[in-house]
Amino acid sequence: MTEYQTNAPTDADTAQDTVWEQEVAFIDAVPRWIAMTFVFVVFIGTWQLVTSFGLVSPIILPTPMETLKDMIFVGQNLLTGGYMLVSLWITIQEVIYGFALAIAIGFSLGVLVGETAFGEKAVMPYLVAIDTMPKVAFAPLFVAWLGFGIESKVALAAFIATFPIVVGTAAGLHAADENARMLFKTMGASRMQTLIKMKLPTGLPQIFTGLKIGAVGVMAGAITGEFLGGGKGFGELIRVAASQLNTPRVFSLILYLSVVGLVLYLLVQWTQRRVVFWQKESVGSYDG
Amino acid sequence: MNTATAHDYSGAPLGAPVYELTQVSKTYARNSVVALENVSLTLRKGSFTSVIGSSGCGKSTLLKIMAGLIPPTKGRVILQNQPVKGPRRDIGMMFQQATLFPWKTAVENIVLPIEIRDGKAAAKKAMDKAHELLEIVGLKGFENVYPNELSGGMAQRASICRMLITEPAVLLLDEPFSALDELSRDMMNMELQRICREQDATAFLVTHSIQEAVILSDDIVVMKPRPGRIAEVVTVDLPRPRTLDMMTTPKFGEIVDHIRGMLDKGEDM
Ligand SMILES: Nc1ncnc2c1ncn2[C@@H]1O[C@H](COP(=O)(O)OP(=O)(O)OP(=O)(O)O)[C@@H](O)[C@H]1O
Ligand SMILES: [Mg+2]
Repeated sequence: MTEYQTNAPTDADTAQDTVWEQEVAFIDAVPRWIAMTFVFVVFIGTWQLVTSFGLVSPIILPTPMETLKDMIFVGQNLLTGGYMLVSLWITIQEVIYGFALAIAIGFSLGVLVGETAFGEKAVMPYLVAIDTMPKVAFAPLFVAWLGFGIESKVALAAFIATFPIVVGTAAGLHAADENARMLFKTMGASRMQTLIKMKLPTGLPQIFTGLKIGAVGVMAGAITGEFLGGGKGFGELIRVAASQLNTPRVFSLILYLSVVGLVLYLLVQWTQRRVVFWQKESVGSYDG
Repeated sequence: MNTATAHDYSGAPLGAPVYELTQVSKTYARNSVVALENVSLTLRKGSFTSVIGSSGCGKSTLLKIMAGLIPPTKGRVILQNQPVKGPRRDIGMMFQQATLFPWKTAVENIVLPIEIRDGKAAAKKAMDKAHELLEIVGLKGFENVYPNELSGGMAQRASICRMLITEPAVLLLDEPFSALDELSRDMMNMELQRICREQDATAFLVTHSIQEAVILSDDIVVMKPRPGRIAEVVTVDLPRPRTLDMMTTPKFGEIVDHIRGMLDKGEDM
């Protein structure tokens, strides 16, 4: 009789350790923000230690405090519409135009390469060839063609960001499986209908992966363009600060710049979550 | 060669011929595999025919030719007095995978064939019918659910509705329930039988399960591989409607044994 009553663990059961419960790993129980704060504190702490014991020269690495002070200074300049805001706005424009151009060209080429046999056979090899080149090496050419204004930076930024978008789009268009293709064929769908109603939506996750990699590349392209081609953007401010050995300024400018990059990335991710609502999220990867 | 042209349909429900295949052969140019050789077959209105045969004997190839998805190398396919020269509206197809699109709700997936053929406005009009179909297959209440939230069996039910929405005269089914567990598979088969009777549809089913073929079919086409051809057409003269408990009758067992014997012989060749 009693052996049928063991469903609810009694004191005796637990005492004999007969209850087998899944153990929760410590890290799974900790909220993300606490874990992240922990890493942040360790990082800043190490930084503080390294600088306050004079392990490295202040010219190479400023203290966290100096950096923070400079960030406040730069922040005030930005908020009051100072010359730094003007520079930042120039860089943001380069990023926006560059990204828009990369999306337009990258998507079109991606459809050409992913949808047509001609594109796949004749165009793709050249794209792969160009993609393997160190693209920043083209910067002087863009300056020579387009001058020292924002055009040459937009061009380099777009140039770098285009390829991941091409690859993402082309891969996305190949993502539809045999069954879906056959189904559309049985429904008598035209090529255009198959592309728009099936292949493109199926490929959206890959397309967005391309867009995210492109969003990272477009920032790198704009700043590299400014380093190599002058102008009045944020990259120029960094270059000047570095040449004056004003390392706290370099640090704080980079941090502000990374906010711009992060916002762009999050914007793409936010769009992805809304558009590709059926996709399961995977945190921390480009697919997420 | 073995051609089963004028098959005797006595015992099976008789109707006018809907599908007529004459001497259909298919050689895949890419690897010069002879997938089908001189297959002749007649399907009559309202009949249920299954094809069974070892893997690679050309069942899917036959189905794709009948559906107008690929052309035969030789031979003729006539459906409702019209030669099949491409996908057609009067053909409904279903595959092993449900293939519902995750960006569309169940009901939107079901009206997709209408949307493709007649546009968005027509698809909207077909919504009522899609709701009815969903109710028939027992998915009432799941109209606006996205496919991610449907189980495998539910997804296949929805894909049955998608096949039926254009009111096809013939249903071509390529192992539609083989991805399901046995219980839901039996249930789906009974449902399929009911739907075929209600719609007076002609069905052609590819399967690997002898039991499934026998319980559903009026005729079973047994195929032999390399090259794919018809070995025999077995008539199942169990009464209709079929029920699952018929599987235990001696007659059922006899037919199953006969077909199993045929298939084993096929392996030796
Ligand atoms: N697209 C293709 N190109 C070349 N050969 C093919 C193609 N499709 C099928 N074949 C070949 O034709 C033969 C028949 O294939 P088919 O898919 O019709 O067989 P099946 O009876 O449906 O097999 P299964 O039971 O495994 O689904 C096989 O030998 C296969 O390799
Ligand atoms: Mg097959």
